[in-house]
Amino acid sequence: MKNIVQKSLAVMAAAGTLAAMPVHAAENGKFRVGVVTFLSGAAAGPFGVPSINGAKVLVDALNEGKVPAPYNVKGINGLEIEAVVIDENGGATKQVEEFRNLAERHKVDAVVGYISSGDCLAISPVAEELGVPTVFFDCGTSRLFEENNKPRYVFRTGLDAAIDNIGAARYLIDTGHKVDSIAGIQQNYSWGQDSWGDFTAAMKQLKPGVKIATEQFPKIFQGQYGAEISALAISNPDVIHSSFWGGDMEALVLQGNARGLLDKRTTILTCGESALDRFKGQATNGLIVGARGPFGAFAPKNTLSDWFHAAYVAKNEMEPTYPAYKMVQAILGLKAAAEKAAAGKPGTVPNKDALVGAFKGLTFESVSGTVNMSRANGHQALQGIAYGEYHFDKKTKKASLQNVKAYAGECVTPPDGTTATEWIKAGFPGAKCGG
Amino acid sequence: MTTFYAIFIDGMIYASWLFLVAAGLTVIYGVMRILNMAHGSFYAIGAYCAASLVGWYFSDFDGNPYLSYLLLIGCALVAGLVVGVVIEQGLLRFMYKRNELLMIIITYALLLILEDATKLAFGVDPYFTYQPYALLGRSDIGGLAFANYDLLLVVVSAAIGLFCWLVLNRTHIGKVLRAVIHDREVAVAMGVNVRLMFAGTFIFGTTLGALAGALTAPSISVSPGIGVEVIVLAFAVVVVGGLGSIEGAIVGALLVGMTRSLAVHLAPQIELFVIYGVMSLVLAVRPQGLFGRTLARKI
Amino acid sequence: MIHIDRSMVGLAAATLILAAMGGFVPDWLAFILTLALAKALVVQGVVLQMRAGLVSFGQGLFFCVGGYAVGMGGQFFGIHDAPLLLVVGALAAVALAAVLGLLMTRYRDIFFAMLSLALSMILFGVLVKSSDLGSTDGFNVHPATFFGHSFSNESYKSVLYLLTVFLAGGGALILHMVHHSGLGRIWEAIRENEIRVEYLGLSPRWLLYANYLLAAAFAALGGGLTALATGHIDPEMAFWTTSGEFVFIALLGGTAHVAAPFIAAILFAFVRTYAIEFTPHTWQMILGFVLLGIIVFLPKGLWSLVQSKRRAKA
Repeated sequence: MKNIVQKSLAVMAAAGTLAAMPVHAAENGKFRVGVVTFLSGAAAGPFGVPSINGAKVLVDALNEGKVPAPYNVKGINGLEIEAVVIDENGGATKQVEEFRNLAERHKVDAVVGYISSGDCLAISPVAEELGVPTVFFDCGTSRLFEENNKPRYVFRTGLDAAIDNIGAARYLIDTGHKVDSIAGIQQNYSWGQDSWGDFTAAMKQLKPGVKIATEQFPKIFQGQYGAEISALAISNPDVIHSSFWGGDMEALVLQGNARGLLDKRTTILTCGESALDRFKGQATNGLIVGARGPFGAFAPKNTLSDWFHAAYVAKNEMEPTYPAYKMVQAILGLKAAAEKAAAGKPGTVPNKDALVGAFKGLTFESVSGTVNMSRANGHQALQGIAYGEYHFDKKTKKASLQNVKAYAGECVTPPDGTTATEWIKAGFPGAKCGG
Repeated sequence: MTTFYAIFIDGMIYASWLFLVAAGLTVIYGVMRILNMAHGSFYAIGAYCAASLVGWYFSDFDGNPYLSYLLLIGCALVAGLVVGVVIEQGLLRFMYKRNELLMIIITYALLLILEDATKLAFGVDPYFTYQPYALLGRSDIGGLAFANYDLLLVVVSAAIGLFCWLVLNRTHIGKVLRAVIHDREVAVAMGVNVRLMFAGTFIFGTTLGALAGALTAPSISVSPGIGVEVIVLAFAVVVVGGLGSIEGAIVGALLVGMTRSLAVHLAPQIELFVIYGVMSLVLAVRPQGLFGRTLARKI
Repeated sequence: MIHIDRSMVGLAAATLILAAMGGFVPDWLAFILTLALAKALVVQGVVLQMRAGLVSFGQGLFFCVGGYAVGMGGQFFGIHDAPLLLVVGALAAVALAAVLGLLMTRYRDIFFAMLSLALSMILFGVLVKSSDLGSTDGFNVHPATFFGHSFSNESYKSVLYLLTVFLAGGGALILHMVHHSGLGRIWEAIRENEIRVEYLGLSPRWLLYANYLLAAAFAALGGGLTALATGHIDPEMAFWTTSGEFVFIALLGGTAHVAAPFIAAILFAFVRTYAIEFTPHTWQMILGFVLLGIIVFLPKGLWSLVQSKRRAKA
């Protein structure tokens, strides 16, 4: 018995060495894209799975040539898209290792992905080093292009998280909510700390003299917020702000609502839209939710978004939430750039430098309307943000958004050359907010 | 003054939850000397079973809503039993002669396997089964509203603690178990069927873990990774109280729960360190934990 | 007087072969090997403690100190030379270990494991709270120079690979000698029966203290190399799952020989990366089954394969 085991282990080791031989380049006439998103862990349900479902719907339809114009060319530039899917779970070190595998072993033509800000920060220099066109679709850290200030291969079609919080502050003021004192409950990690920092700074600008009632930073994925809810209730603020997402957010809303925390005051959830159809009346009507941009329920009506919504619902039997839209936007951007770069030569993969050259400053149509890659030297999308109130109709058992207010990108985005923090502190110089 | 009430009640609620999570772990360690890394997975399995069954009950079935509590507990018992029997009979019983350390690694491998197995069985979409939680409404205590479900959890948790203590200290099985805990070799020599005791303990421990998950499920959103999150918490409680001691787990849970509640209300910035701080302090003063027995040194 | 045995010759040969391989293996493979060897260095420290009967579930503490020393050295103190940064990291870890060791050496068994876990989680908490260090997002490590020479991107990776290979080889040689020295034998004796060692007039506590410091230095070295290779550090390095992985690899390889951690770390890296590739949704499960299989059939680790072959020959 032991012998057999030893032999099979030896065979396994040998197989491992064989498999370790380099896979040769994507000479199979396909456009190979690495798709990286959370398939396991707590971020999989709320973000990873909707985004990968969105990618599947779009890639399948693109390969069949079924997407409405201007994306009716099959695949990317006439080449079938081949997706290599990687799980984002496991930390930045592992992601760097996997990114190198994608680039050097799979020889992908581009990578689309990354939800975690830590992963984006770690991947960004590696992408530049290896020269792989890389499109970040969701991570929101302001530091991305502050640190990588001469980007070449790195693009972001999603928005900076500072925009969420500047938009949140503006929405509260503009809709006339009482905002004399504010309280926050954030997950204790970069995302939560940065969100609260940006939000409080923006509130202090827009409403001088605003008081901070309490700031709670429970451990991420804690799930039990009894003590925090008591502390929030005792501090009795006018507004509660939270950048919670996924299961933590749902648990907070459920537990807070059961204890009447959300009844008498305004609560704003910057990532709230992803649970719009999941609250099922457990959230109070009037809860303010955002979608990190004009995505999900906030997406404008146009041919592309109508098509995507219908295709997604048909395939997955549920509403697409904002991560699905953001993923689709990243792939559409990549397609638009690749086809522009290979103009006149259908059926070829454009060279990488031509691709990033075409992507830089690109304007393309997306499920969220027209996207301008006009910040960070043409590497960062400029888009607006919208917030609205959650309303649940007990008769139809459907949730809807009311009092939606959208802000243009120029109103909430810092101009190039200044960091979000500096821009907020300076009182948003140059912001164009229209009427 | 409200803060004072709140600290006490929040601390009690959190402590009772901690005890629920930690009880199974300490029972298994006490009898079997296995530090079960997969304990969190049993918690997750219980939570998933309860959330999916109760979710189904409310969406497809128009029965008495209060029956859902029976479902909650019933499915945790079944899930814990099934998983416990499968793992004990299928794997662990062949491993009992291995050393304590290797057992940790075996249960760690189990944790990896179960983590993906739950994902395959239940998907990654969070389960949001709020009905049993919302059904009981809330009470006003000292000007602050608390969910009755949470308050009830304190009672349930106390009852489970009492039950474990009674079994261990007031029944025949308990006496035999204590003999096994105290000296396994002598217990075997006296004719105790240690294998049976081990199997029973393990299954009891997994069931407690699954029950903790099922009772927590209605108040949270059940999503992948919840199991891993509770392991370290449960470890901390058990180590503070003394590995393998039920009384220790109770006191450990109270200590950790109360300290955390104090931190949240008075110094939210240090909340992240509190649990490890308490653990380090207790271990620095009493290495074997508050209720742990010092082992005689072998010469 | 150094007695040169077969293992040492083998180690030296393996080091040279690995170094030579750097010339023609593809970059991604060299990168995986760099990370695996760096991790194996940390695991050497864990094995060192295991041989003395201590299991640390908090070796991530020193791993993280080594990594952050490299990152912060470049970011805040203008130190850009890789060997110097590694030395600084190791010294910082040893200094920290010198303080913590006073407490830690009083503990054994599960209590040592749990207290080490708690201490490492406290560092994790501190780093999460430090927004100047990027909180959980961490920060990027500046490219370093090697003895004053700077390299272009591609040769940088090769030089780093060579540095890692030689450090790993050198570290292994030293540890091999330590294991077979009087000190190494006494550590084993402590694991077997501490009281008898005391009866011999030795102080197990101070012997373990030395062991603890040495293990910390190795962990910091591994952390520093990992930081240089990935170019990014974050508090995850001090999280308990990172430490758990080290223990895991240590047991996977077995504690019988210094070569075992290297074999185990490399195997672990390949199993993981291929599991992620072929079954992105269930890679953890594959990993679990492989590890379970090895533990069940090879309780003394992968190295027992080598040993039993030798025995069969003899």
